[in-house]
Parts: sequence; C-alpha cells; structure tokens
Amino acid sequence: MIVATVALERPHAETYLSAGTTARSWLLTTDHKRIGILYMVSITLMFLVGGVAATFMRITLLSPGGGVVAMETYNKLFTIHGVIMVWFFLIPSIPSVLGNFVLPMMLGARDVAFPRLNLASWYIFLAGSLFLLWTVVTGGVDTGWTFYTPYSTQYATSRVVSTTLGVFIVGFSSILTGLNFIVTTHRMRAPGLTWFRLPLFVWSLYATSLILVLATPVLGITLILVTIERWLGIGIFDPALGGDPLLFQHLFWFYSHPAVYIMILPGMGVISELIPTFSRKRLFGYTFVAGASIAIAVLGFLVWGHHMFTAGMSTHAALVFSMLSYLVAIPSAIKVFNWTATLYRGAVSFETPMLYAIGFIGLFTTGGMTGLFLASLAVDVHVTDTYFVIAHFHYIMVGGMVTAYMGGLHYWWPKISGRMYPENLGRLAAMTIFLGFNLTFFPQYILGYLGMPRRYAGYPPEFQVLNVLSTAGASILAVGYALPLAYLLWSLRYGERAGANPWGGTTLEWTTSSPPPEHNFEHTPIVTHGPYDYVRGPQGD
Amino acid sequence: MANIRVADRHAPAPQFDDLVQQREAAALGMWVFLVTEVMLFGGLFTVYTVYRWLHHPAFVEGSHHMALIAGAVNTAVLIASSFTMAQAVQRAQRGLRRGLLGFLASTALLGVVFLGLKAYEYWSHYAEGLVPGSPWTYAGPHSGPLQSFFFLYFAMTGLHAVHLTVGVGLVTGLIVLARRRRFTAAYHTPVEVIGLYWHLIDVIWVFLFPLFYLIG
Amino acid sequence: MNGQGLGFPLFPPRASVLADRVDTLFFFLLALTGLVTLIVATLVIVFAVRYRRRPGRAIAPSQTAGSTLLELAWTIVPGLLFVVPFVWGARLYVDAAVPPPNALTITAIGKQWMWKFQHQGGQREIDSLHVPLGRPVRLLLTSEDVIHSLYIPAFRMKQDVLPGRYTTVWFQADRTGDFHLFCSEFCGTAHSRMGGQVTVMQPEAYERWLALGASESLASRGSKLFQQLGCNTCHRGDSLQRAPGLVGLYGRPVQLTDGRIVTADEDYLRESIVEPASKIVLGWQPIMPTFKGRVTDDELLQLVAYIRSLEPPAPEPFAPEGQPLFPAERRQGR
Repeated sequence: MIVATVALERPHAETYLSAGTTARSWLLTTDHKRIGILYMVSITLMFLVGGVAATFMRITLLSPGGGVVAMETYNKLFTIHGVIMVWFFLIPSIPSVLGNFVLPMMLGARDVAFPRLNLASWYIFLAGSLFLLWTVVTGGVDTGWTFYTPYSTQYATSRVVSTTLGVFIVGFSSILTGLNFIVTTHRMRAPGLTWFRLPLFVWSLYATSLILVLATPVLGITLILVTIERWLGIGIFDPALGGDPLLFQHLFWFYSHPAVYIMILPGMGVISELIPTFSRKRLFGYTFVAGASIAIAVLGFLVWGHHMFTAGMSTHAALVFSMLSYLVAIPSAIKVFNWTATLYRGAVSFETPMLYAIGFIGLFTTGGMTGLFLASLAVDVHVTDTYFVIAHFHYIMVGGMVTAYMGGLHYWWPKISGRMYPENLGRLAAMTIFLGFNLTFFPQYILGYLGMPRRYAGYPPEFQVLNVLSTAGASILAVGYALPLAYLLWSLRYGERAGANPWGGTTLEWTTSSPPPEHNFEHTPIVTHGPYDYVRGPQGD
Repeated sequence: MANIRVADRHAPAPQFDDLVQQREAAALGMWVFLVTEVMLFGGLFTVYTVYRWLHHPAFVEGSHHMALIAGAVNTAVLIASSFTMAQAVQRAQRGLRRGLLGFLASTALLGVVFLGLKAYEYWSHYAEGLVPGSPWTYAGPHSGPLQSFFFLYFAMTGLHAVHLTVGVGLVTGLIVLARRRRFTAAYHTPVEVIGLYWHLIDVIWVFLFPLFYLIG
Repeated sequence: MNGQGLGFPLFPPRASVLADRVDTLFFFLLALTGLVTLIVATLVIVFAVRYRRRPGRAIAPSQTAGSTLLELAWTIVPGLLFVVPFVWGARLYVDAAVPPPNALTITAIGKQWMWKFQHQGGQREIDSLHVPLGRPVRLLLTSEDVIHSLYIPAFRMKQDVLPGRYTTVWFQADRTGDFHLFCSEFCGTAHSRMGGQVTVMQPEAYERWLALGASESLASRGSKLFQQLGCNTCHRGDSLQRAPGLVGLYGRPVQLTDGRIVTADEDYLRESIVEPASKIVLGWQPIMPTFKGRVTDDELLQLVAYIRSLEPPAPEPFAPEGQPLFPAERRQGR
C-alpha cells in the first residue's frame, strides 16, 4: 500500500470548503464536516418525500369519506411517511448532520476516530434510501412502519421486502455512526477535557450512541426474520406453525422504544447548548442534566411493553411496564426544570436559535405530559392506536426534535457556511412553525380521546371539523419549513459573512474560524475549564 | 482525497496524536462492534428461548436429529482455533513474524475445517428433508414446531458461519499483511483487533452447541 | 361536553361504568398537565422577559450553576406525583381484566374486514352488537387472519384480537343508545371501514331482540360437532374412556405431564383441540390427533361453548391453592 505524504507538512487550504471543489473531493471525503453536509442534503431530500406523503394524507382527511386517494394508497402513504421520517430523517438528523460536524470540534479533535467508516456510513445510508425509493416507485408498501405480523409476513401484497431490507441496511449506518461517536468521545478528547467538562451536546450524543449500538442490531435481526418468513414461507411468527405474532411485537418494540429516545436525546443536547449561550449563563445543574441523558438511555430499554397494553400481554407485565414508563419520564422532567432555571437571572436574547429553544421547552413539556396519559394503563386502553398517540409522538418528535434540529441548524449555520442567515426571516419562520405545528397537532389529541383510530383513510362525519383544522395547520407548517430551506440556501451566496463566534459561545468549535479549516485546529487546544463559562470565556486556547 | 494517509508501522493516521491513541481507539471500536454482534445474536437467542419454552417436546426431538459427533468435533476445532489465534496475537506483540504467520495459518485452517464439517451437516439435514420451507419433507411428530427448531438451527448456525467466513477472510488478510512485514512489536493493532473478533465467534458457538445438540 | 354550541363534539359519549371512572382519571391527568405546562410556560416567559439582555446586562451577573436541593426536590416531587396516575390506572386496568362471574358471554371473530358476533343462543350479527343495559358482558375474541383490535370508545374499551388465540374483555353498559365500534389495529386495505355499531338496549328489549334472532345455541351446535368429530369416542365417562373427562373441566386447574398447572379457560380448550400435543394432562397418553384445519374458528367456538356448558361456570377463573387436582379424580374409573 502506497503511503502518500503527510497533510501536516503542506499548508492548509483556507477552509474545509475551499480544500477541494471537485465532486470527487466531496464524494470521497473523509472530513467529518463535509460528511455532515452530505448527510444534510440526503436527509433533506428524504424529508421532502416523507412530507409529500403527509401532504396527501392530510388532504385526504379533509373529508370523512376520504376519496382523494384509494384506501390502499392511503395505507401506503402513512407507511412510507412513517418509515422515511423515522429511519431516513429523524434518526440521522441531529447526530449525522450536526453531530458529525460539531462533535470532533467540541472535543478539540481533528476528526472522528474512524473517518473512512464515517464516509462508509453515509454511503450505506444512500444504499438504504435507494431501496426505499425503489419501493415508492414500484407500488409502495402498506404494512405501517411497525410491520406487525402476520399481516406483513403473510397477507400484505405490497413491497414489504424491499422496505425491510432498506431499513436493515440503513441500520448499519446508525450503528457505525454510534460506534464512531463512542470511540471518539472516549479516546480523542483534548488535553484537560475531562468528562465533566464536556459540553452537554456531547453527553447527549454519547447517550444516543449507546442506544444506537445496542438497540439497532435487534431491529436488524427482527426485520431479517420478517423477510425470511415472507421469502421462504417459513412460519416464524405464524400461529399455524406454532409461531407467535406477539413475539414479533416484543422484538420490534424492544428496539423501537429506545429508538424514540434516539429521536429526542440529541435534540435535548442542542437545547442544552442554546439556552446557556443565549442566556449568557452557565447551564443550571450540569451534572444532573448529563446524568439524566444516561438515565434516559438506560431506562428507555425497559419500557417497550407500554406499546402492547392491549395486545394480549399478561396483567403483571403490564403493571411493571407502566411503572417503569413513569420512571423514565422523571429524567426528562429534570432537564426541563434545569433549562428553565438557567434563564433565571440570566441575560436572555431572542435570536432565532433561542426562539426554537423556547418553543422546544413548551412543546416538549406538553408532549411529554401526554406520555403520562399513555403510561396510565386504563387511559392507555382507550387512547392507544388513536390520534391521541399520533399527537403525542408528533409533539415530541416534531415539536421537540425537529424544532431542536432547526435551532441547531441556525445556531451552527455561521460555523458551517461562514454566512449569517437573515435574522428577521429566521424569527418569522420559527414563529410560523410554532403556530402551524400547534394547529396541526393539538386537535389530534381531541380526536384521539373522541375515539378516532389511527391509520384511517376516512372517519365518522362528526370528526370532520377537527380534521380540517389539523390540515389547515399542516399547510401553515409547510410554509414554515419552506422558508428556512429557501433563505438558508440564499444565504450561501448572499448572506452576511460571519465571524468566528457570532453568538459568544464558549465551547471549542467557536474558537475556530467560520468556516473552520480542514483540520479544525491549528494546534490541539488545551482545556482549562468547563463549558458555558461566560466570565472566563471559551474552554480552550 | 490524495492525502488520505493510512496507518503504517511508523506513524499514526492523521486524526490520531500517536500510535498508542490509535491502538486504543481501534481496540475500543472493536469491543463496541462486538457488543453490537452480541445484540444481533441476542435477538435470535430470545426467539429460541421463547419457542423452546413453548414447544419443549419438539426441541428435544430436534436435538436427537443433530449429528452429535460433528458438533463436538467442531466445538473442539473452534476452541483450538481460539488458542492458535491467541498465540498469534502473542507472537505479534513480540514481533515474531514466523510464529505469527504459523499461528494465523493454523487459525484460518481450523476455521475452514469447521465450515467444511458444517456444510456436511447442512447437506445431511437437507437429505433427510429437515430444511424448513419448501424442502421440508419430514412427517414425524411435532412437525410444525420442529420446523421452528430447524429454522432457528439454520438461522443461528448460519449467521454464525457467515461471521466465521468473514473471520477466515480477515485472518487471511492478516497473513498477507504479515508476509509483507507490515507488523512490528510497536504496531500490530489489526492482529489484536481481529483476534478479539475471532474469540467472540468462538464464544457464540460455545453457546450454540449445547442449545442445539444437547437438549434432553 | 358534546360541543353543541360548537357544532362538533370535543368529548366522547360515556356509556359504561368503566367510562366514568376512566374519564375521572383522564381529567386528573389533564389538570396535572395543565398545571405543569402553566408553571413551566409562566416561568420561562417571565424569566426570559425579566432577565432579557440589556445594555449593562451583557452577561448574567450571577452564574449560579446548581442547587442539589432543588434537583432533589424536582426529582422526588414528580416521582411521588406519578404514583397517583400509575396506581389509579393500574387499579382500573386490573378491574377491567377480570369479568364478574355472572357476565354474559358473546363471541367475536375479527376477519378482514368485518366483525362477526355470536350470542350464546346462536344469534349472529355482523358489524353490529346488541347488548343489554346494566349487565356485565364478556367478549371472547379471536381473529381468522391478521391481528385486529375491537374498540368501543364509548365504553373506553379496547382489546386486540389474535389469530390462533383467544383474548377476552368485558364491559357493563350503563346508558342506552348507539355507539361507534371500530377496528383499531391496522389490518389491511379496508381497515378504516371495519367497524359498525354497538346498540345498548333495555333488558326487555334485548330479550325480545334475542328471541327474534334465536337459532340453535352455540352449545347445542357444539354438542353435535362433538359427536360428529368423534370426540366422544375417547372423552367419555365409562370404561372405554381414553382421555380426560370434560364435565366440570371449565375454569378448573389442570396438572400437566411437564409439571405445570394451568387453568382450563377457553383458550386452553381451543388449544387442546388444535394443538393437543402442546399440553398433555398428567396421567394420560398423548394420543389425541389434532383437529387443526378440520374445524373452523366458528366451530371451535361452538365446541368450546359446549364443553363449558357441561357444568355451571366456575365462580373464579383462577383456582385457589389447595384444590384437588382434576385428572386424579376422574381416573378412578379406569
């Protein structure tokens, strides 16, 4: 193997963006910052596909008789919406875009531990996406993102296998990202950067990575079993051959419950960066917030049965899962209280990222409280599999995670692109999203308690007004998301050039130029104190 | 990028400060990967546990159809291969190239012996009509749940065999690199890391063997 | 709260004893949510405004980083508060799991894409369910194909139905009227059309309705099947008996050859017919052939109803400890 001469000896290109402008330099990059951007582009494209599906769903639900699309098509729409949004948008979003970009810099490192593995994980993501896109253009899949057996294994006639294989493949992308982050955090911290001096975004990504590597393989093997049963006609979950369809549910939810913590922990990590920076005050209760991230990751593995309270589980098991589900809510509450306490006697400003952070606190708190309804056994029996659950998880995943992603994107945009986004448009978009979101999903809580089941292409006429309100909200939400897409792209060319530290942040990424040089730091920083210290300033030199 | 610098025995890859950090990162990376493998197999072990509890008589019956001698020999072969792999790592740590090559070759060879015996076992099950799905022609008692037993047998030992094949390939790659004098006492990370992988493959088999061959 | 002023409902009708109790718990949770949201929102807004950045306040003057006391407080207080909805919800759930002994049993089979109900007297309904007011009704549920879920919002009641297994649920309706019945587990193309109506009637009206639709009862049909399929050649009480007796079996504990003791509920009876090899009663040989494929789900329910009828139903589905073991008693005739 030929060893090329060392990059350290030749002068750095000015920034990571100008170090190579060919397509090849992007497609074969091992620079974590470029890989973050590659992911940004791919997940945005997948978000659009998932969003188009949601658009058709909400249009169909304008009228009780449905009718805009055939019932079978509607079933395919909600399936593809769920599969794409979960695995091809939310799960990669903050970790693979913002985490890839920012984590090594926050650690004072030149890159992640395994840069080539990082690039491989992006190509694996692409390969999985191709399977999904193939599913969409060749007729779609209609099992729901949950693939319950025996419908998915023996009765569905749609493209189940290309979907399960696509998700199986993209699972490896998740696992490799998590593996990279764990090793990088353990082994590549700058001198003086002890665990309790780490930014909380790092703690959240670390907790997320634990879940990524432990839970995803279980999903992988479960989907392989479904694929084999479909392909070879072997009755693993077939009651006629002694199989148990409930076993599928246990295996599936053993992964998919921790997965929802993958879809909120990184968001919480972003909020833990935004609140201190825009209050110019240390985060209140650092150790407790860090510990809460780990607690959520661990407890999240113990509650999967709360998706199955009406499935035919034993009463004893149901009691245990209900109790544990209440327990897992506590660390999230701890975080909300600590964020709020940080504002007390701070010096608060309201730039776009902070608007998203404040919105997050409101939406996540309400969404989280509705989780308590679902954890209560008798109430869950009434509202499970209804629009109440849909409202609950959209409050957390969209009101929470996507809001945090938008906040983080705007926060680190100057660092990533070297440009500022237009602040007034940013604030307008944030408020439009908040309004549109609530109008879309709050009526769904009411619909759920009224008894409207989920995955319904039509409904009794008395549910129509609430459905119309929800669709109206969705159109506002769409405008809210379209705005940043437009002005962020615009800013790449015409945005005001950003300085190294426009927000006065104290974590290490703000000590580099905007955009940063290819290897991040001219020389490895020495860290002398913890993050969020607005008296002493940035953590390292 | 033209300046992707791969690790060699003189200097670490550019993201690392020194060879020690690189070696520690590689080892931790492999341990994390092994944990994911345990979770992957764990899903199948869970299915096994549930179905054995639900259909115990069928599982006892299934165990009687297994070739006990082949399984026992394979177990011994794999344990021996873990021993030779450990010896290979030790030789690498001491910079003893000839010993390293010899023990790597023995490991790969033992792995191939295992795969050969496994292939023979699979073929004889096929001949007896015990492959689930369309080739299933067995019509004795417990035929339904017995298919679950054999499905799990083929799935778990098959997944194991796939991992073992990859392992044999990796060890062969190590032999190629060792012959080109790529490893020294200061740098032999790939040998250590693949050694860890090999040991896990062995440990998984040590669990599979009694679960399929020694019931009742 | 039916939103008569608004023209559309905000709250579902309540038509069962359980519904009232669930709603009370729901309102408690709603109040708790409202309170917490109000507190957090108020604090956030007040702090953000009061402590906004101004010239002279470029960074926070005080950098207090924590308070262990506060952390303990807002960890322990929510923890204790959460005990309330947990215990309350659990109590209701457990109560809803065990039907009263005098419950009327109605069978329900879900299949793509309809619900088939059958009353004990043989009255059949599709996508509609008539039940009497003020009497506990127990549904014995199964599926012919995929997993479905029977959901009656007005009763706050939901239960998945599974192929190859029986599940049960019970309710007691306390208001007359017509209420929605839905399938709430995605089951394929016409999932959103798989529903209908529950009609709660005054007891006399219900009896009249039953009389109109009366045909041969489930148990009677089951009795005929029992003979047709030859079950009585082994399950008999005389010297030719080669299988456990069935009189008084329902609801009793049964000891198996592998040491387990199980309760002879409907699911056990069903399994004994289609998968006899999976549970062998202690003291008997595994000679029963399987009837899987030879009986439909409807016929299975009839056989089960017949076996159940061979004695008045046991007062408790769960046998207290110390009960004499059923098979040993019956073996005296051999």
